[in-house]
Amino acid sequence: MSKLNVALATVSVCLVACGKGVPDLDVPEPFASRYQALPSETTLLTGATILTGTGVRLENADILMSKGKIIAVGPGLDADGAAVVDASGKWVTPGIIDVHSHLGVYPSPGTASHSDGNEATSPVTAEVWAEHSVWPHDPGFVTALAGGVTSLQILPGSANLIGGRGVTLKNIPGRDVQSMKFPGAPHGLKMACGENPKRVYGRRGTAPSTRMGNVAGYRAAWIEAADYRDKMEAAARGEGEAPMRDLKLETLVGVLNGEILVHNHCYRGDEMSIMLDIAEEFGYKVTAFHHAVEAYKVADLLAEKGTCAAMWADWWGFKMEAFDGIRENAAIVDRAGACAIIHSDDAIGIQRLNQETAKVMGAAARVGIDIPPENAIKWITSNVAKALGIADVVGTLEPGKMADVVLWSGSPFSVYTRAELVYIDGALIYDRNNPAANPVTDFSLGTSALAGGLQ
Amino acid sequence: MNRSYSWMTIFVVFLSGFVSAQTTAIVGGTVHTVGPAGTIEHATVIIEDGIITAVGKNVSAPSGATIVDAAGKILTPGLFTPFGQLGLVEIGASAGPLDAVQRGDQFTAGFDVADAFNPRSTLIAVNRIEGVTRALIAPQSRRADESGNSSHVFSGLAAVVNLSGRADSIDRRAAALVVNLGEGGRGLAGESRASNLLVLRNALDEARDYRDNKAAFERRQRREYQHSIADLESLQGVLTGDIPLLANVHRAADMELLIRLTAEYGIRAIINGGTEAWMIAGQLADASIPVLMGPTANLPSNFDRINARRDSAALLISAGVKVGFAGPQSQTHNARNITQSAGNAVSEGLSWDDALHAITLAPAEIFGLSDRIGSIEAGKEADIVIWPGDPLELTNYPEQVFIKGESISMSSRQTLLRDRYLKTETGKPPAFR
Repeated sequence: MSKLNVALATVSVCLVACGKGVPDLDVPEPFASRYQALPSETTLLTGATILTGTGVRLENADILMSKGKIIAVGPGLDADGAAVVDASGKWVTPGIIDVHSHLGVYPSPGTASHSDGNEATSPVTAEVWAEHSVWPHDPGFVTALAGGVTSLQILPGSANLIGGRGVTLKNIPGRDVQSMKFPGAPHGLKMACGENPKRVYGRRGTAPSTRMGNVAGYRAAWIEAADYRDKMEAAARGEGEAPMRDLKLETLVGVLNGEILVHNHCYRGDEMSIMLDIAEEFGYKVTAFHHAVEAYKVADLLAEKGTCAAMWADWWGFKMEAFDGIRENAAIVDRAGACAIIHSDDAIGIQRLNQETAKVMGAAARVGIDIPPENAIKWITSNVAKALGIADVVGTLEPGKMADVVLWSGSPFSVYTRAELVYIDGALIYDRNNPAANPVTDFSLGTSALAGGLQ
Repeated sequence: MNRSYSWMTIFVVFLSGFVSAQTTAIVGGTVHTVGPAGTIEHATVIIEDGIITAVGKNVSAPSGATIVDAAGKILTPGLFTPFGQLGLVEIGASAGPLDAVQRGDQFTAGFDVADAFNPRSTLIAVNRIEGVTRALIAPQSRRADESGNSSHVFSGLAAVVNLSGRADSIDRRAAALVVNLGEGGRGLAGESRASNLLVLRNALDEARDYRDNKAAFERRQRREYQHSIADLESLQGVLTGDIPLLANVHRAADMELLIRLTAEYGIRAIINGGTEAWMIAGQLADASIPVLMGPTANLPSNFDRINARRDSAALLISAGVKVGFAGPQSQTHNARNITQSAGNAVSEGLSWDDALHAITLAPAEIFGLSDRIGSIEAGKEADIVIWPGDPLELTNYPEQVFIKGESISMSSRQTLLRDRYLKTETGKPPAFR
């Protein structure tokens, strides 16, 4: 962990200019992760059906975790001194990862004073960071944990064309956001297509008020960013003076340099196609379209560009751009060879991403698309890790990866199944059968829901 | 029994205005009747003219009947979603028709969404092919708009509809009068739940006064009322107990107050939401107040719901409260997901049979229609869903749905979109597929 930390911290410091022949800014990474894995013991889960997240399903297999890492996965493992958990008849998967959450920035209770997810004062606010709004005492973190969620990206809302930086967290409630930040994870940049930005600004009589206004807004921002980058690089070569540091443009240049990943809220297929052309024009990559209700209409384009689609199983119709939602969306994206993800965008939905996936599996089967459990699990584990830029350390059950592991009472794709044990970096964080040991955020103290209720 | 059934047949066929004059036998399935017969394996269900005429193991199909082979399949009653806006809305936000909201107080308790119901709405087909055959359609409230107009404490009258898509698909008008209490109600009446209660009491008192002095009122020998005659007439049904108050309310204290109010006025109530209902489950059972709730709503999303918990469905039902389930997220576009609600309630301690009851017969009982629908029993309207397996499992979708005996088309706008984009041939744009 520490080696990885150092390596990635260097990258972070260099967000603006290293690798472009520009000297290091020589400042420490601001708001750096102070995450520390909780104490763990060497643990062996035995006799389980294991979905590794790599497309493999193992029957009657074991998994060994030690010092926060996965040591081995396979049949007949043994380890002296390990805590042994009989997992026969149960299923084991990587920890669930949600690429799209607003926990902490739109926490429970949803009072106006808690509404910290949209800096809806200007259509481009690349300078804001969602992590500065995260309230670690949101009870939703704990209920998500009970649903097997071990990592999650917290994003700004979709009021703005460019809403700011997202942050990836380990789902261990901390006293501050820094102690939850996933070590080494790159930042995301939230962008939004369609109805929301044009509605928010249009009704104020300011741009954008149309989809064409939206596109003009994105392009103007990227032109400004490219100019800032060029001036910074020129200054580094000794040509001209460096412009004053600008947080907004620093974030956008991070995207142009490939160090910040674009997470683009976009419902309609035709709009995704436009956004991919904008990315082409300015030389960045759209890592994932979120919500992507019409991803099935452009699945081949997504495959070609290597862009993920993060989708709900079946949300539709709550707005015009969601009118064409179909249950088979993720399956059609997957079939086209594109990267499919099931996301929540919701404090209730995040608690059962496995169930949402199951609904797609069943719908797909009706039309002859077979999504076996070993592949379906990728939609909520390894594919998500890929979209968050953390696939080298998490998202699958492979030796050397972080031991973020869920033991389920049965197939995670049955409605009757519950997460029984959740491990993060090898530490047992949640035990359904031992509520007294589970985390309780400050806000939940004193509510009778705690009597075994909330989680 | 036989006599009452044939009378019922004539009555229902007359009411529904169409005669399918057809006999169907669904043969060989496992039938979860949700009635006294419980679950029957290898059973046959006979449907004649839209009515179930026989259910059992040793029932044989009449000659000429259309035979539906259901061997290895599961049959359940049609699902009943107990709160939502099906047929009143196409697009939820910022576009399209929304007929569920009445602003201003020219009409309050008299506002009746049945008059706005569109049986041909896109949402009807999407939900019925997944097993939803009946729904409560309910008015909603809104806080003040730009001109300061907000909804009243009463949202208006709700109705029960079937999802046949036919013009005559309203099963029961004035099935409930929706009233907003607690956090949702205070914003509609003086920004306090105390003033909210005053408005409600005032309406009931005026309705009583109007009832007792109608002749004098018509001779203009009685004071003016704050409510219109349409509203006061609608409230008469509440006073007689024919129309229950359907209260949007979550906080235990507000529900305790509602219990006292129902006793004081001799009226009936149903709770919608009821996040903290589990805390007063015994009182609700004693007062025969049912609860419509979402079993997955386990977060303290506001201060009325501070004691939300994951297992409240099981707690309520074991205390003897009659419970109907709403869908996990959307109660309208995704009303179809009430099976997911039911399955999750099972994983939190509810019995499977009770869970199925909560999405079929319980809402029929709550809205006074259990003599006609809600279970697979002789004499009831034939709302039947054929499933490939456990209906609560997320991977199982209905293979065929019958509404009032009619085998419905299993397509929707969504299946058409799906089928278009499943085709991958190139050359022509999708519009030509």
